[in-house]
Amino acid sequence: MSAVGTIGRKILYLIPVLFAVTVLTFLLIKLLPGDPAVDILGPGATPAAVQEIHHQLGLDKPLPAQYVHWLGNAVHGNLGQSYQNNQSTVSALRQRLPVTIELIILSQLIAFAIAVPLALVAATKPNGLVDRLATTAAFGFLAIPDFILGVVLVFVFAVHWHVFPATGYTYLTANPVLNLKAMTLPAVTLAMASLAVYFRLLRTDLIATLQQDYIAMARSKGLSTRYIMVRHALRPSSFSLATVSGLQVGALIGGTFITESIFALPGVGSLAVQSIYSRDYLVVQGTVLVIAVGYVGINFVIDLLYTVLDPRIRRAGAIA
Amino acid sequence: MPAPSPDGLVSEAPAGRDGQTTGVLALGAIVVAGTRRRGLGIAFWLCVGWIGLVILLAVFAGALPLHSPDATGLGPPRVAPGGRFWLGTDDLGRDMLARLIYGARVSMIVGFSSIAIGLVVGGTLGLIAGYYKGRIGTVIMGVVDVFLAFPALVLALAIVTFLGQSLQNVVIAIGFLSIAPIARIIRSSTIAFSEREFVIAARALGARNFRIVTKEILPNVVPPTLAYALVYVAVAIVAEGGLSFLGLSVKPPTASWGGMINEGKTFLPQAPYISLLPAAVMFITVLAFNFAGDSLRTRLDPRGGAA
Amino acid sequence: MFGRARGAGDLETEVVETEPGTARMATAEASAGPLLVVDDLHVGFPTERGLVRAVDGVSFRLEHGRTLGVVGESGSGKTVLSRGVMGLLPPGAVRTGSVRFEGREIADLAPDALRDVWGAEIAMVFQDPMTSLNPVVRIGRQITEGLRHHLGMGKAEARETAVALLRSVGIPEPERRLEQYPFELSGGMRQRVTIAIAISCGPKLLLADEPTTALDVTVQAQILNLLEDKQRERFMAMVLVTHDLGVVAGRADHVAVMYAGKVVETAPTAELFAEVRMPYTEALLKSIPRTTDPSHTRLAAVGGRPPDLVDLPAGCRFAPRCPYAQPRCVAEEPPLRTDTGSGHAWACWFPVGTPEGDDALARNVRAERPQTLAAQA
Repeated sequence: MSAVGTIGRKILYLIPVLFAVTVLTFLLIKLLPGDPAVDILGPGATPAAVQEIHHQLGLDKPLPAQYVHWLGNAVHGNLGQSYQNNQSTVSALRQRLPVTIELIILSQLIAFAIAVPLALVAATKPNGLVDRLATTAAFGFLAIPDFILGVVLVFVFAVHWHVFPATGYTYLTANPVLNLKAMTLPAVTLAMASLAVYFRLLRTDLIATLQQDYIAMARSKGLSTRYIMVRHALRPSSFSLATVSGLQVGALIGGTFITESIFALPGVGSLAVQSIYSRDYLVVQGTVLVIAVGYVGINFVIDLLYTVLDPRIRRAGAIA
Repeated sequence: MPAPSPDGLVSEAPAGRDGQTTGVLALGAIVVAGTRRRGLGIAFWLCVGWIGLVILLAVFAGALPLHSPDATGLGPPRVAPGGRFWLGTDDLGRDMLARLIYGARVSMIVGFSSIAIGLVVGGTLGLIAGYYKGRIGTVIMGVVDVFLAFPALVLALAIVTFLGQSLQNVVIAIGFLSIAPIARIIRSSTIAFSEREFVIAARALGARNFRIVTKEILPNVVPPTLAYALVYVAVAIVAEGGLSFLGLSVKPPTASWGGMINEGKTFLPQAPYISLLPAAVMFITVLAFNFAGDSLRTRLDPRGGAA
Repeated sequence: MFGRARGAGDLETEVVETEPGTARMATAEASAGPLLVVDDLHVGFPTERGLVRAVDGVSFRLEHGRTLGVVGESGSGKTVLSRGVMGLLPPGAVRTGSVRFEGREIADLAPDALRDVWGAEIAMVFQDPMTSLNPVVRIGRQITEGLRHHLGMGKAEARETAVALLRSVGIPEPERRLEQYPFELSGGMRQRVTIAIAISCGPKLLLADEPTTALDVTVQAQILNLLEDKQRERFMAMVLVTHDLGVVAGRADHVAVMYAGKVVETAPTAELFAEVRMPYTEALLKSIPRTTDPSHTRLAAVGGRPPDLVDLPAGCRFAPRCPYAQPRCVAEEPPLRTDTGSGHAWACWFPVGTPEGDDALARNVRAERPQTLAAQA
């Protein structure tokens, strides 16, 4: 089973999933009760006006035709526009996507920067002081929902000690320092849950790897503990981590909206929330589509990376 | 896209002659384990105690001598805890203690009901997909994967917004979303068990599929699933919290923890407890569910100790 | 060439080193004393049920360049012995006793000092090369890292040395192999690599823990020959741990037979095979199938199972399974007694080939003891 074959199969699997995701997103609005035309026109809508809107939005055509039309537009970069401010969905997304992406990247960097060294230390001395403290803390952090953590962080760092701003956002290109200051608390909020997951996972995998014979062999060569941890134990233990981090990033793509709301960041998540509030259904559809496709795409890439990271799979197919 | 799952989902139930016995034995192990030090320690029982307390308060809220949670102006606004109002009053002069307890009611109902839906529907799907594998299995799991491919909370948001805000709709939305992950777990568990000897033995004795699934496999799948279910209840509570934080769960003025945190966040400088009290209560409750579920999981599922 | 400092007075002749360790022959004979002296080594593992006494008072000595074969069944403690000598035990293991290497006590060394010994002075060859090589690290690095750590080589020099090492253990196309991963090599080649790694820093002692058990039979002899060659080239001492008496037959100078954590018999190899004393060893010898036996000959297995290492009996540990056993064996544990003339030591009250032993056997046959009858069949 060659690498190309494996990758080819994965791509082949991707297509129906993507298709199903787009169908689901399209149907999302259709299936839910409520007439978007009525929402747009507000109360006091006359049947004639409703009919007119239906025709305008192509809502009187058969469903499959509507789907094809919508998908065709989407592929061409037309996701409709907000009926509130007439801004095209695509341009809104284009503005807001970098914010969300920056938030996600920062949060993951923080999560890895803390989780990896911590896990290495914890696994070196299992059930030692560092390990027990870190494991308990990780467990606690896993349980904190992001809105609680965000509020608490704002209370401690913005209200009590005026270190970071509570809300407000400056674009990275405009002023990097202010941008990072504004992004710190939200990035930390998002990072905590990921951090806890990564730490626990990596620690468990490291401890399992350390039982392996090749670690005993490495020890018998007289190599230092630090060298063995980093150069022999870390890589085989990282597979689950790589996969889970991809899942985390994917999940975060759809999960930033609470944090963005608390800290008033103009990202994709807050766009989704606002458009849901205002029943701006075209925007909702477009945003959800982008989020869902992004999530599927990221998982796919991670799956590929997994294939690359494990040389056994890359070269000769899975070894039992 | 079925990414490799990092947690081991196969349970090492004690080897027994038939599925039902091993299932009962496993459940019995939970009870007996309470008297053993290893695994379920005092921390576990503390969590169970807290959960029990919250459930009791939520169920008997009406019978307790509390102020009305919705009545505004019962006392001056933003009174600190201690004194006449044990936990203070919020911005509209409502009693925090009463609101917290009625908020618990919302959280508990949503938590348990939505996961119940997930268990029933997702469990059935998972059992079928896991036992029959083949075509049916692939189709079911394909559909499940597509649902898993969706950012869950956004979907919940959309559902609740368009369906209307009510406790029932929140339960439906979150319950609907829990179907896919639960189906996946139960399917894995089912597959693992259907390859065990007692199933082959039952089949050799001529037992029909339905009987095998219900009498042999189900009793074995239940214990580890219940452990996971506890963790999922925590997730459901957090989901409801997030929704109510955004004002998209039960309609105000009904008390809900997330809503209280949201309302209080503007008063963090003057009266932080309005946000922090429900935050603390929710955190402890979610932690308790997580810890209890995790402890049970390590007990019933030795290989699943990872994230 | 490899920069190891040698005492000025040690060398009696100028020898050019082509590989690390080959100059040792001259120096070792000048330095006095055995290479390895193990005295009353105990290794135990605490468990819920109690302390598992895996190695329960083992002593032996090994001279430079010599081979000691340690033979025993699974659970006899032979693997734990080699790990215990080295100090490579899992955390929580309890070790007492003395291990003197080149006159220096290494059993109480601090971890840093012990790591200087591992690889450079004492090296280990593990049983299963599939699991003892890191599957996601290239072969090259697995060889060079030791060289760079202990011998301070630079990248290029280490690489050259690695190529030479691979070639010397009989691996074709060594440059290509450096870039490969372990799964790309066959089992025999992988074990050659582990041997190359073990000898790379010129250790004086090689602990080979069942080096051929995981390999195909056809490859086993090759690997054993390779070990022997390298040993001779570099004047390395070796402790060869195995469950197979046949393996030590032609290759060890001395054999120690272990049972339930203790050495029950030890002798120079020829002496052991010629004049076996301990009934357990006799049983082991008898259980080796011979091609000269007629077909369908029943394999003479040793009935019963080894004792529970947590709950050891008061008397001889082999007594329950021993065809010669007498009441004294169950009550009193026989000490390991050496016959100074032949260097043969055994721990038995009624040894094979002695009048007491023959007597005991006859008594048991008359009494129709099941173990005895089974052994006679």
